[in-house]
Amino acid sequence: MATFKEFRNKVKPNWCPGCGDFTVLASMQRAFANLGKEPEEVAIVSGIGCSGRIAGYVNSYGFHGVHGRSLPIAQGLKLANRDLTVVASGGDGDGFAIGMGHTVHAIRRNVDITYIVMDNQIYGLTKGQTSPRSEMGFKTKSTPNGSIEAAISPMEMALTVGAGFVAQTVSSDLKGMTAIIEAGIKHKGFSLINVYSPCVTYNKINTYDWFKQNLTSLDEIEGYDPSNRGQAMQTLMEHSGLVTGIIYQNTERPSYEELIKGYKEEPLVKQDINLTEEQFDRLISEFA
Amino acid sequence: MINQLSWKVGGQQGEGIDSAGETLATVLNRQGYFLFGYRHFSSRIKGGHSNTKIRISTAPTSSISDDLDILVAFDQETIDLNAYELIDGGVILADAKFNPTVPEGIKAHLIAVPLTKIAEEVGMAQMKNMVAVGASVALLGISVESFREVLTDRFAKKGQQVIDKNMDAITRGIEFVKTEISNLSIQDFTLAPSDGKKRLYMIGNDAIAFGAVAGGARLMAAYPITPSSEIMEYLIRRLPEFGGTVVQTEDEIAAITMTIGANYGGVRTLTASAGPGLSLMTEAIGLAGMTEQPCVIIDTQRGGPSTGLPTKQEQSDILAMLYSTHGEIPKIVIAPSSVEECFYDTIEAFNLAEEYQCPVIIVTDLALSLGKQTVEPLDYSKIEIRRGKLVTDEEELPELENSELFPRYGFSEDGISRRVLPGKKHGLHHVTGVEHNETGRPFEGAVNRKKMMDKRLSKLNNLSFPNPIHADTRHEDADILIVGVNSTYGTIQEAMSRLEADGLKVNHAHVRQLMPFPTNLLKEQMEKAKKVIVVENNATGQLTSLIKMNVGMAEKLVHVGKYDGNPFLPMEIYKECKELLVHGNV
Ligand SMILES: Cc1ncc(C[n+]2csc(CCOP(=O)(O)OP(=O)(O)O)c2C)c(N)n1
Ligand code: SF4
Ligand SMILES: [Mg+2]
Repeated sequence: MATFKEFRNKVKPNWCPGCGDFTVLASMQRAFANLGKEPEEVAIVSGIGCSGRIAGYVNSYGFHGVHGRSLPIAQGLKLANRDLTVVASGGDGDGFAIGMGHTVHAIRRNVDITYIVMDNQIYGLTKGQTSPRSEMGFKTKSTPNGSIEAAISPMEMALTVGAGFVAQTVSSDLKGMTAIIEAGIKHKGFSLINVYSPCVTYNKINTYDWFKQNLTSLDEIEGYDPSNRGQAMQTLMEHSGLVTGIIYQNTERPSYEELIKGYKEEPLVKQDINLTEEQFDRLISEFA
Repeated sequence: MINQLSWKVGGQQGEGIDSAGETLATVLNRQGYFLFGYRHFSSRIKGGHSNTKIRISTAPTSSISDDLDILVAFDQETIDLNAYELIDGGVILADAKFNPTVPEGIKAHLIAVPLTKIAEEVGMAQMKNMVAVGASVALLGISVESFREVLTDRFAKKGQQVIDKNMDAITRGIEFVKTEISNLSIQDFTLAPSDGKKRLYMIGNDAIAFGAVAGGARLMAAYPITPSSEIMEYLIRRLPEFGGTVVQTEDEIAAITMTIGANYGGVRTLTASAGPGLSLMTEAIGLAGMTEQPCVIIDTQRGGPSTGLPTKQEQSDILAMLYSTHGEIPKIVIAPSSVEECFYDTIEAFNLAEEYQCPVIIVTDLALSLGKQTVEPLDYSKIEIRRGKLVTDEEELPELENSELFPRYGFSEDGISRRVLPGKKHGLHHVTGVEHNETGRPFEGAVNRKKMMDKRLSKLNNLSFPNPIHADTRHEDADILIVGVNSTYGTIQEAMSRLEADGLKVNHAHVRQLMPFPTNLLKEQMEKAKKVIVVENNATGQLTSLIKMNVGMAEKLVHVGKYDGNPFLPMEIYKECKELLVHGNV
């Protein structure tokens, strides 16, 4: 069984010292090891952004694609080979701006993959523009007078479009994040994990300290029941979305794979693709 | 008795026009006649004039005809819009219900048939289309019994009663018209006997979809669009038998990226769309090129730009398809020119995609994708699956130690690297759209960059695709060479034989491989002709430009375009060529 060190490679991340994404990387590696995975059983598909580089920093299969499209690539890969543990990941711009359409539909579709968003409420790679996660009034290079658009609430949005697993965590909490990633991977169906992952270079508002002061752990809310969607929604609204933990999980909803007619346990990639003459004749008779 | 005629049925969309054409054509095809159809329809579901035109012949035919012999009309609009196509002495079979009239100057016989009334008597007003089929059959002289088998196949699930009622509707249509024409002196439209051979009857999209299954595709990701949707609809019906499926994605960007992801996972996967969808896919096609993922994309061209003419014929995506991706990648673009080629070319596309590890686009046009035609039986023994340098045996892989990676992008003589699928212990590698080294790690060094570009772009140097052009070039010193692409093949052939009959020397080259462009093959043919006429369904001469750019000889090239939404007729090509020869100082 691989240890978390075996999920490390020799590439030195080009993130700024102190960037929240380092902990996400470490948590992912730990989660894979804790789940007993081998490097070749894991594929990480990522988008473009500082965060998107994560696929290249894990010793596993990795696909660093184009901006905003990690989810469809990841779903295609999973449908081709259901034996793989497929994790999609990227930034808040990647997932909630350019890729928002895919996020909503991946949730609806419910293919059994895990999506980890490294949410720094800003565009890091392009050097500090506003993101759909930036709060109203947030000043950036592209919003010198403060953002005049409302921030998106991804956790509430996920609940409304039928997510089966919604969780949020923060980069300062390696242990908590690792446990949540493990739970997300184990969940049968699509799991969305939003990680508050501070950008120490361009976001001087939403800092580690800021999160320490503003986040509430769901563990501290007495009687919180993650299978209760109504309570999940209400709690998010009461805390302006600033909670950590597994917000909602529906263990009953079947995954997309379970619902595909004729889809087999054996991964599609391992099946024979040659038609027999009998199959060919049967197919052709439709056109006679 | 006659050897060929053209028949058309028209009315408001939703009146059972398709099903009337389909029923008659299926019967004729099973009897061994050769058919070639074109559907004229609008971008709405109910209402709007729509028609189906079918050419029926005792010999192979691959073009719609200039004129029309029999017109079946469900409304006056159909007569007003289409009567001009009728030959002198042609027949209009129209529903008596709307008191049909023949426009001035049209020398056709009008037979008012109580289509709706008979259908109501039989049981259902909708069956007026079957009465109309019967009315046509009375002229064509084929037996009513030949319909029983086809109707049984179609309505078996709905029960014997439905079959009987439809048979009844056809029979009563025949009887009515037989009585009517016994008092009229009209031309004989009875079909000469056919050779009785069994052939297929399918649209280009059927052939592509079936070709995909035969070529080993097991997943498709697509977003519906005319005229490509039949491909996904066929595959969603058929793929479950083979463990696969179709995902209807949220848009074409998801469709192409999902296709790339699934191909990366090792399953032959395709997507299909038309111009608007292709436009959305362009960034991702570059990703496939850069990351050397095989993927197959079908582009069924329709009228552009923007939403354009969504249900009409055009060939105006050519340059966009070839050049719209930013940056430079290897890409293969194949243009089948018949339904049969749609089948074999699709299979080959999956092979080429894996052998050359790059995107392959199959381009068709609406007339080819939706036009239904007689096809010689497809040959199982011609199906071949080749997966190129895919490593299937894990034993072959040297052990990776110390978090080394497999050189997925290793340099090689032909530029093509060994490919390993995720899941293999000693195949670990990285994939990125960023410039990378041999193991897929991002790397921007200038020397590596140039080497990697050269590697990718050289992959197609040795591409071998069967028949990059079809050359029907009988003359060493031709007056003209006609060049076309996709569905115009048969129309050009027909124009060509008329020009030959006039004593002109005409050659024909049909381009089947648009990228890489078959420059030398075409050049050879162009050298043999005084003028080169490029016939294409667009306004700006995209194929003409492509030839100019690759082959040169600009002074010989003449662009003949049509972009009113309709396919070329043989007569139009004939006239353009004649005109050019008279006024063009050839
Ligand atoms: C189609 C496209 N548009 C724009 C860009 C430029 N771009 C790269 S990353 C990025 C946003 C990065 O923000 P985010 O996704 O939040 O990631 P972060 O860098 O903050 O981790 C943008 C706009 C691109 N690569 N592709
Ligand atoms: S710019 Fe921000 S997000 Fe990017 S690496 Fe630096 S700290 Fe991290
Ligand atoms: Mg960001």
